[in-house]
Amino acid sequence: MVTMTTTAWWSDLLNDDLAANVFSFACGDYGFVYDVNTNSLHGLDQAALQVLEALVACGGNGDKAREQLQAAGALEKSVIDEVLEELGALKAAGLLFTKDLWREQFLPAGTAVAEDVVAGLTKEAGTPLVKAMCLHIAHDCNLRCTYCFAGTGPFGGDRSMMSEEVGRQAIDFLMTHSQGRRHVEIDFFGGEPLMNLDVVRALVRYAKEKAREYNKILKLTLTTNGVLLDEEAGRFLNEEGLSVVLSLDGRREVHDRMRPYVDGTGSYNEVLPNLQAFVESRGHRDYYVRGTFTRENLDFAADVLHMHDCGFRELSVEPVVGDPGEDYALREEDLAAMDKAYRQLAEEILARRAAGQPMRFFHFELDLAHGPCLAKRLSGCGAGSEYMAVAPNGDLYPCHQFVGQEAYRLGSVTEGVQRPALSRQFAEAHIYHKQDCPTCWARFLCSGGCHANNAGANGDLLIPARGSCALAKMRLKWALYAKVLEGATER
Amino acid sequence: MAQHIVTLQKGALQATAQTGGCGECQTSCQSACKTSCTVGNQVCQKSE
Repeated sequence: MVTMTTTAWWSDLLNDDLAANVFSFACGDYGFVYDVNTNSLHGLDQAALQVLEALVACGGNGDKAREQLQAAGALEKSVIDEVLEELGALKAAGLLFTKDLWREQFLPAGTAVAEDVVAGLTKEAGTPLVKAMCLHIAHDCNLRCTYCFAGTGPFGGDRSMMSEEVGRQAIDFLMTHSQGRRHVEIDFFGGEPLMNLDVVRALVRYAKEKAREYNKILKLTLTTNGVLLDEEAGRFLNEEGLSVVLSLDGRREVHDRMRPYVDGTGSYNEVLPNLQAFVESRGHRDYYVRGTFTRENLDFAADVLHMHDCGFRELSVEPVVGDPGEDYALREEDLAAMDKAYRQLAEEILARRAAGQPMRFFHFELDLAHGPCLAKRLSGCGAGSEYMAVAPNGDLYPCHQFVGQEAYRLGSVTEGVQRPALSRQFAEAHIYHKQDCPTCWARFLCSGGCHANNAGANGDLLIPARGSCALAKMRLKWALYAKVLEGATER
Repeated sequence: MAQHIVTLQKGALQATAQTGGCGECQTSCQSACKTSCTVGNQVCQKSE
């Protein structure tokens, strides 16, 4: 006698690390599951959430999950089976419980994901392919922001300005080192770059000439505190097509406490109208108003909403980077307050949009369907390999946050990259080499965090900074929740 | 007909592993934040 047995669809899950491949969450009436390896997102009702969580807790064993749920009197068997069937259909369609196909390929030490694929080091000469540069146009500032990682302008060195000559050398470096890449980027950064506007003007002209000569598509950005952003400066930025990042911390008292002038008085009264007039003058295109939040405004949702009330639509706030000993530094015990703020933002943005008030929060703009390819997601920001910062004297660093740290000096725009091994360390610091990242559900969204944060917290590019990591996951959780809310509204 | 689950987004990340990266996309940290490298909200140059 032959006994026929059928294999349950979940038998394939039994050896998987499910927590690394799916992430589920519920808040209020809305639950979801995110499939890590495809970037698929599914809304769940209460029953589906319960079954999914039981299935994950039971290591993918559907029979055990059913038993447990029934024993707890949580759900009827028929409902459990309905959900299991739906989950199985999603798996069969390749939209849930998919596997990480790349971990083994990139796990060996010494593998630069970027090589041959997206950036990193060319095989022939070990020369970095650099396609983006942050030019430190001014190591001086007209503000004395309390939390400034640049030491209020000079990055631990002297207050100085980049000369046109050094800027030209940096542009030449970018044109030649970007090799076959057509898209190249230059960000004019500081300190405060508008304090050296004549050099910015000259370098914009030069960069455009060189881009034509080298057949490059040039993207220019400038980051400013807005103090010197008058009509003339604004006209130049608009006519030359620079994207801008505009610094504003939100509510007057928050902004003024952290962003005072040299004499200690607040800058809000001058900065806000400058930014408003400028954004209006460019028809609300190609800008972000970006704030920094600290321990002193953990209710930063109110600051983002204040920016929106002031007429800005493209918004971002970032957690402060700084010495953990400072009063304003974020601590692990602050995570609950930050969680509350991100939730409030997700819900309020949706409500305002529904009321016909356009508003975008940078970190919630996840594009699950058309976002970056896998190679980009593995390699992250590219600091130290495809992206470098240039100090006023022409020295090269992995990014703006490393400027002035001798241990991370890569070379100079005249001498080139003198430490290719250090550059390679950055290229190889991808998610499969980092501690905890290979099995983290957020790996393809956060790319292993900021190199500067990680180096600053642990002295090691491969160990994610604990606080930043927790915050990134929290922010991504609410970004996905915002997608779910948006989907529910559209249905 | 699904009663308990609704697919909000069909992602295609795995397909991008086959096509490979062209390296033409914007550097993530430059885009707006300058303090984090979140890539999930970036645009693929090929899809623009």
